[in-house]
Amino acid sequence: MKDLFAVIMLSGIYGLLSASFFVAMDAVDVAFTEAAVGAGISTLLMLVVITMTGRKEKPTRHKPISALFVVIITGGLLIYGTLDMPYFGAADAPIHNHTSPRYINDSMQEIGIPNIVTSVLASYRAFDTFGEVVVIFTAGIGVLAMLSVARRKEDEDDEIASINDSMHQQHLVIRIVAKMLIPFILLFALYVQFHGDFGPGGGFQAGVIFAAAIILYAMLFGLATARRVINQTFIQLIAAIGVLLYGCVGLVSLMNGGNFFDYNVLSSDPIAGQHLGILIIEWGVGCTVASVMVIIFFNFAGRRQFQSLKKQTKHTESSK
Amino acid sequence: MDTVITISSGFFILVGCFLCFSGGVGLLRFPDFYTRMHAVGVTDTLGAGMILIGLMFISSDILVFAKLVMILLLTLLIGPTTSHVLAKAAYHNGLMPKALNKLKKNNDKEANSSTL
Repeated sequence: MKDLFAVIMLSGIYGLLSASFFVAMDAVDVAFTEAAVGAGISTLLMLVVITMTGRKEKPTRHKPISALFVVIITGGLLIYGTLDMPYFGAADAPIHNHTSPRYINDSMQEIGIPNIVTSVLASYRAFDTFGEVVVIFTAGIGVLAMLSVARRKEDEDDEIASINDSMHQQHLVIRIVAKMLIPFILLFALYVQFHGDFGPGGGFQAGVIFAAAIILYAMLFGLATARRVINQTFIQLIAAIGVLLYGCVGLVSLMNGGNFFDYNVLSSDPIAGQHLGILIIEWGVGCTVASVMVIIFFNFAGRRQFQSLKKQTKHTESSK
Repeated sequence: MDTVITISSGFFILVGCFLCFSGGVGLLRFPDFYTRMHAVGVTDTLGAGMILIGLMFISSDILVFAKLVMILLLTLLIGPTTSHVLAKAAYHNGLMPKALNKLKKNNDKEANSSTL
């Protein structure tokens, strides 16, 4: 398919479909993440990218046959690898005999949280989750290092003035509906953040939803206005603080005499310690994810604005 | 009482299903973008609303009921807005309704023939 817009839309639809089959397989946490990240924010970021790169794929010079060959070989090998695995849903598969029973039987006494997924993600596998957060943070740093553009304040003021002038002439309906919805989206993000212990949800989903609200605002009211609301330095700081918060929980548990990310020692009562630890690290995850998503969007979109501005100035210079 | 609730919930869900189905048929059968979008946009909002109302009748828990009300409000807000935005984007990108296109072509032909 040559039309990249259609490709992105299809990948979004694929994300939504896979979210629904995760729901059908009772993996609501994964489904929630897939719906928020796969169908929501990644589609959005890719759309921002094609506004910069153009909508059509460049004509390919090489023959795609060899690529197809490689794909077929790799796919064949992967399928061959799955033949050794236990049959889908088999009761005697190692995963059903080894770790899962322990999580299902003991996590309530050890962690005391109804949602087992959260206790696995945030407590048993806290180190893995820490790695994920660091990966997201690194992505944010990479985008900042490669794409960030210095802006002039006068341009921003002009843009804000022009948007304020046309506030209720252009895009009247979506602007008003978005104004109504954004507070609720933010509220819902906080609900997902703090309800992660009891139902599907947690820091990753909450961060993405929070970022989506801010991105919606930026798309409708202009980047400059959104930058006025969300201070860029502040949000970069928040991204770093989220990771730091997460790491500090591990360090504090080390200092209290436990292992790294052993929350039992955070409080006199082990269960209360677990609750405290999970709450704080989820908060750190949420902060980092939300701010990195916002950073990525702002830098992509700001880059585009910068390019179009440069084109304009070149145009005026050449016409002079 | 139970039968009344079950029957009314079934009625609402059936109406909702019919509306969604007719929207799907409209999407496949209508000639151009605007009519298709109109078919889906109108019927989906109402159809989803009807299904949600039907589910509200049989919800046993007050919490489930409240969540369904919230989803209904959200659908009522978002459905029409997205249709509006979609139509607006299409119009801004110069997509014309099919009937108008034909009219324009005819006009052009007449104009051409008159100049000839």
